[in-house]
Amino acid sequence: MSLRAAARVVLEKELRVELRTRELTQTILFFVLVVAGMFSFAFEPTAAESRRILPGLIWLAFFFAGTLMLQLTFVREQANDTLAALRLAPIDPFAIVLGKILANFAFLAVTEVIFVPVFSLFYNVGVGAVLGRLLLVLFLGTFGLAVVGTVFAAMTAQARMRELMLPLLLLPVLAPVLIAGVEATAALLQPDPSLPREWLALLGGSDVIFLTATWLLSGFLIEE
Amino acid sequence: MANGRWWRSAAVATAAALAITGYAIFMVAPTELTMREIQRIFYFHAAAGIAAYAAFFVSFLASIGYLAARQPEWDWLAVATAECGLMFCTVNLVSGPIWAKPVWGVWWTWDARLTLTFILELLYIAYLLLRSMVREPDRRATVSAAFGIFAFIDVPLSYFSIRWWRTEHPQPVLGGGPGSGLDPRMMQVFVLTILSLLALLILLARQRYRLEALRHRLSRLAMEAEAPPEAAWAKGATR
Repeated sequence: MSLRAAARVVLEKELRVELRTRELTQTILFFVLVVAGMFSFAFEPTAAESRRILPGLIWLAFFFAGTLMLQLTFVREQANDTLAALRLAPIDPFAIVLGKILANFAFLAVTEVIFVPVFSLFYNVGVGAVLGRLLLVLFLGTFGLAVVGTVFAAMTAQARMRELMLPLLLLPVLAPVLIAGVEATAALLQPDPSLPREWLALLGGSDVIFLTATWLLSGFLIEE
Repeated sequence: MANGRWWRSAAVATAAALAITGYAIFMVAPTELTMREIQRIFYFHAAAGIAAYAAFFVSFLASIGYLAARQPEWDWLAVATAECGLMFCTVNLVSGPIWAKPVWGVWWTWDARLTLTFILELLYIAYLLLRSMVREPDRRATVSAAFGIFAFIDVPLSYFSIRWWRTEHPQPVLGGGPGSGLDPRMMQVFVLTILSLLALLILLARQRYRLEALRHRLSRLAMEAEAPPEAAWAKGATR
């Protein structure tokens, strides 16, 4: 089975499980809503402040939501030891990881498409004119989050206190993605919006580098 | 054991080198014109940073080595150097503010190099935490090698992101470091400091490596005796 076909099967399986239960997406949507409210209570921003802090809020909300959600990627498989079955399949281990990365990316992307307008509304910052570019930036950053997060979820699946471990491992490694994402978003939300090329390159470059490392390492991480 | 004697002499030599370095920093190196005595922190501060980078780099290579060869020795080397690197990184992070306060007027600023060192510190604390949370030795070695590789390839990304981040928001110029045009006598003392800290790094990493090897042997013996020493607390833990 080719990598592509195998990854698609895993992706379809993940999506099917999610469509049946809707556990992840529902929880994450609610989580981001809670965070959007809490940030507002904590900072009570004026219009000018909103424009300044909103990029950071959006990214932190999605990063924290991501760390919570990604945790379940491999834990879910443990209940019935279905990872053993996946491992037995005559496919590249990278296909399993890739399928899961794409599924996690899809869940996070859906959350972002829904929540960018909500943030815009709550914080009174118009995003209509730059929506396409904003989603591009968000998707590039989210893809990096999904890649590293899925790999680290595989790493921590058998660790003690894994719920705590994942964010501790993930957030420092994603610091460059966070910086690039926040800066690019901030540039887009300026009255005179622009999309600096270096941030776009850093987001895309991180995605490529992390995905390559994943491709090289997934064989070791999926094994027993 | 001849090997043990060799290392013992190496330890004595390193201790002597450190003492000489201390003397050289305070007595031989000239006093800096504007920063005066406080500039002398620079020697240990910068050399510790160099030792930390060297240690992390060796840890990265050892992680690759482990995944390629699957020999536990690589894993011991990776953890030994990561731990020593973290120690030097902490020395760097603690001595930095002591210098910064009188020179820059603040303990901490989110300057490019400070931020990068801070992220490095976080990455390798995470590395050691991860190790402590995975009990099965082979799995621990694999997982931490993978994380070690991710952590190290993250360094150049962090470097660029932080550099661009800081150039986007220009900081007030807080006085340049003594990087440009070091006095030759200062340079000699600096090189001496680097060499003695690298010797210290090798010595400490070797001790840590040996500790890891002994632990490995102990757990082997315990398994053979079918009475794991951790059994008592493992019963209390959930997994």
